[in-house]
Amino acid sequence: MNIELTEMSESLRQRRAEAGAFGARGEAETKLLIENLEFFYGENRALHGIDMKVPENRVTAMIGPSGCGKSTLLRVLNRMYDLYPGQRATGSVRLDGEDILSPNLPAARLRNRVGMVFQKPTPFPMSIRDNIAFGIKLNETISKGEMDERIEWSLSKAAIWDEVKDRLHSPANGLSGGQQQRLCIARTIAVKPEVVLLDEPTSALDPISTARIEELIDELKSEFTIVIVTHNMQQAARCSDMTAFFLLGNLVEFNETNKIFTAPQDSRTQDYITGRFG
Amino acid sequence: MTRLERRLLTDRFIKVVATSLAVLAIVLLAWILWTVFYRGLTALSFSVFTMPTESPGRGGGLANAIVGSLIQVLVGLVIATPVGLFAGTYLSELGRGRFADAVRFINDVLLSAPSILIGLFVYELLVKSTGAFSGFAGSIALAVLILPVVVRATEDMLRLVPGSLREAAFALGATRAQVVTSVLWRAARAGIVTGILLAVARAAGETAPLLFTSLGNLSWSFDMSKPMASLPVTIYQYAGSPFDEWVALAWAGAFLITVGVLFLNILSRVVLAPRGKAS
Repeated sequence: MNIELTEMSESLRQRRAEAGAFGARGEAETKLLIENLEFFYGENRALHGIDMKVPENRVTAMIGPSGCGKSTLLRVLNRMYDLYPGQRATGSVRLDGEDILSPNLPAARLRNRVGMVFQKPTPFPMSIRDNIAFGIKLNETISKGEMDERIEWSLSKAAIWDEVKDRLHSPANGLSGGQQQRLCIARTIAVKPEVVLLDEPTSALDPISTARIEELIDELKSEFTIVIVTHNMQQAARCSDMTAFFLLGNLVEFNETNKIFTAPQDSRTQDYITGRFG
Repeated sequence: MTRLERRLLTDRFIKVVATSLAVLAIVLLAWILWTVFYRGLTALSFSVFTMPTESPGRGGGLANAIVGSLIQVLVGLVIATPVGLFAGTYLSELGRGRFADAVRFINDVLLSAPSILIGLFVYELLVKSTGAFSGFAGSIALAVLILPVVVRATEDMLRLVPGSLREAAFALGATRAQVVTSVLWRAARAGIVTGILLAVARAAGETAPLLFTSLGNLSWSFDMSKPMASLPVTIYQYAGSPFDEWVALAWAGAFLITVGVLFLNILSRVVLAPRGKAS
């Protein structure tokens, strides 16, 4: 077990070294442009004038103590807050230049382009296959053959195909927690979104499952833009290219991950990553 | 006696009282079941299922009442289930504010309304206006009886579905209708079906809503616009009659209803029983 874990993080490190992770960063396009974003829970302001550029095909990590607004920001990016009356956002968030906060854009269409994986695995009460097919069927009419291909593609991408290929028709609830979470990732990428939001995707998982999912995140960024909220600073350091540090609803610092963790510009960032508060 | 001894004595006393009252409740139920089974089984014969009710002295069975009950309960169920399912879904998924609170309150009132009131209401509504007792009026009365149970069961069961499952479905780009029909109803299915089964079990044994609506019929009737026989009404009419064979038939009918209701209750337990890790 331990060996497997070390091997995984080892291969992860290798791959990042090969990709020359930090060298090729400058050329990334901006996928999400956040300008002067404010967010309100009723009367309470939870985000204060956030400005941020999320680069395409990169992993952007959002860190900060509980209640700092990082999850709130994530839920703005796919307008999940729309479900709850009394929550509202002002300012602008542009996805490839298109204003996603505009009421003219149906939330369902936005969420088709911006997928989300939650803290706790949320398999639907149906078979493994139907869990994947659900999202695809919402927007596409495809033949059974294409559907089978897409299901295999997404499950393979999420590194769970070998474990479930013989039981695609059994209930998804029967999978282990780590498998369920990878199924949820497969389900999210099966609809071919452009952005994948991960809200503390490994906080309910054991270390081995966590390592697998971190490895997965690294692979997925070649095709998707990834934004991950995490409480785990080692995780942010391991698997992100950019890191944003939030405190009390403010974006304190946003920079390349290695700079945030080796030479933070703000003393509050320094205090947080060295564990002086949080 | 020390304080501790006194406390232990009280403890034992409460235990004895609770246990004996529980036993008393079980004994009463067993007594009812024993009487119904003993009297019902002795009165049960093949002709009960094949022959319609006859005038005294000519034998006969309960076939028309059994079929009439089945038809009326089934039609009532078909009417009440979709209405209740959607109303309950509204309350759970969309219902906020005063209107929803009012609907919820009225539904709770309806849930505990005496069944004879429901019978009288449908009598005023359908029987007086059309001038005729009918099987359909009986079905409507049973539907009114079933409806609040289905509304309540649906709302309660949907509320038990974790919010994270809703968000996960929305996050894939599903509309609210798709979230409800594909994910939430499926997640709450066992509970909702159980609620419906229990409502049917209750409706199947009700006499009062049918007395003023489908009235009863001594011969075969498949026409929903005419009076229709039913088991509970037949039992009510026969049990108090001076004819021994009618009284025996009433017992047979009581036995059949008891078995039917018992079956539905057991079925609802089976439906609700966890299968593997599926909820």
